[in-house]
Amino acid sequence: MGEGYIQALLGILLSAVLTENYILVKFYGICPFMGVSKKIDTALGMGMAVTFVMALASAACWAVNLALVALQAEYMQTVAFILVIASIVQVVEMFLKKSVPALYKALGVFLPLITTNCAVLGVALVNVQEGYDFLQSVINGAAGGLGFTLAIVLFASMRERVDKTDCPQAFKGFPITLISAGLLALAFMGFSGLKIF
Amino acid sequence: MDILIAIGILGGLGLVFGLVLSAASKVFYVETDPRLEKLNECLPGANCGGCGYAGCGGYAEAVLKGEAAIGLCASGGTECAQAMGEIMGVKVSDVARKVALVRCSGYRGVDADGKETGAKLKGEYEGFSDCLAASKVGGNGPLACKFGCLGFGNCVKACKYDALHIVDGVAKVDTERCKGCMACATACPRNLIVPVDYDKHTVIACASHAKGAVTVRGCTQGCIGCGICVKICPHDAIKIENNLAIIDYSICTSCGLCSAVCPKKLIASPIDTPEEVLAIVKAHMKK
Repeated sequence: MGEGYIQALLGILLSAVLTENYILVKFYGICPFMGVSKKIDTALGMGMAVTFVMALASAACWAVNLALVALQAEYMQTVAFILVIASIVQVVEMFLKKSVPALYKALGVFLPLITTNCAVLGVALVNVQEGYDFLQSVINGAAGGLGFTLAIVLFASMRERVDKTDCPQAFKGFPITLISAGLLALAFMGFSGLKIF
Repeated sequence: MDILIAIGILGGLGLVFGLVLSAASKVFYVETDPRLEKLNECLPGANCGGCGYAGCGGYAEAVLKGEAAIGLCASGGTECAQAMGEIMGVKVSDVARKVALVRCSGYRGVDADGKETGAKLKGEYEGFSDCLAASKVGGNGPLACKFGCLGFGNCVKACKYDALHIVDGVAKVDTERCKGCMACATACPRNLIVPVDYDKHTVIACASHAKGAVTVRGCTQGCIGCGICVKICPHDAIKIENNLAIIDYSICTSCGLCSAVCPKKLIASPIDTPEEVLAIVKAHMKK
């Protein structure tokens, strides 16, 4: 493993968390981003669950993609990946319920919700498009999840404060939430020029 | 040919994952007590947290483990407790229905002589519409009374049953709607809200521990700790603690004598007409 390879890995990590953040730059997974960001605690729980599943899904989808390429059926990536992710979430849920009940309780309802989180599918598809190898795919998945956690926790702390403010009646509730999300995304645009490696 | 490959791939994947999942469900099978589901069905499912557990599911689990007593669910009431007792094989006595009481009567208004009544304001507060925020400003908030209801409705926001409303600047509980979950009590930064029995009418709706003179300066409706109610109570159920009357509900019979004599008309009365009250007081005095 050469120095250049490690640099490439770090580059993937950094871009997945900041410059190419799946939520605020690519706008994947907006549903949980809006839905579970009312409180910092739950946002953090959701972020952790997504990180875990994204890393696992990246690994599994990489393997499935090998089979698809061998059969010359790359056009089936999307539908096959959805199947893989849904199954993984189910297995992970069962595994956690049996082996780590504490974590299962902490993640609660978020775990099954991830099945329909398009950011997870997005990561798997990006892995294929960029032609990442196994390690790169897993790093991209985990870093994508961390980026999701960062975004949703930042947003939740914003919402907790916005909820207390005396904002105009017309903006109260969801409108001001969407506006704050837009502003946060705008702030993340600032990272787009970031180049370290 | 392509379509066959596509069908084969998806069918194959589905088959593999199906097998893995069914194997996993055997390997990772967790035995659950069939009673748990039944207990969950008995509970109202409002997840109000009034029992002190994380939602109805949490309470059902605690009951099953024997950690929690049956009948903690205020919202489900007697019916729910009996159904749960049947499942667990224990006999359950009636559960007293509890409702929330806001211990403040500083409703702002004008009396017959045109004088302002209720809690007095020492200043105008213009900030977050939030009790906690308001209570931090200007030394105990905008009210002259440092115990009274601020009226910004943290409890109203916390109530899941629409049972709390701000009336004339003070939160008021709709006892018919209140399920006794006490979510409002947790939300109140002044700890003004306490649970009381639904059928007890004699409740002291003031929380001011300030000396009588200070209370009077801040509010026309506050308890000044005069002790008339203590003297008249035939059951010795009332005592004055730190300039505030406190009723011991294990003794109180809701006879209504205290509410009849209270000079501040603080204690709600179980008797409707003033004549009746007067008759009772007179009869008592003769003894």
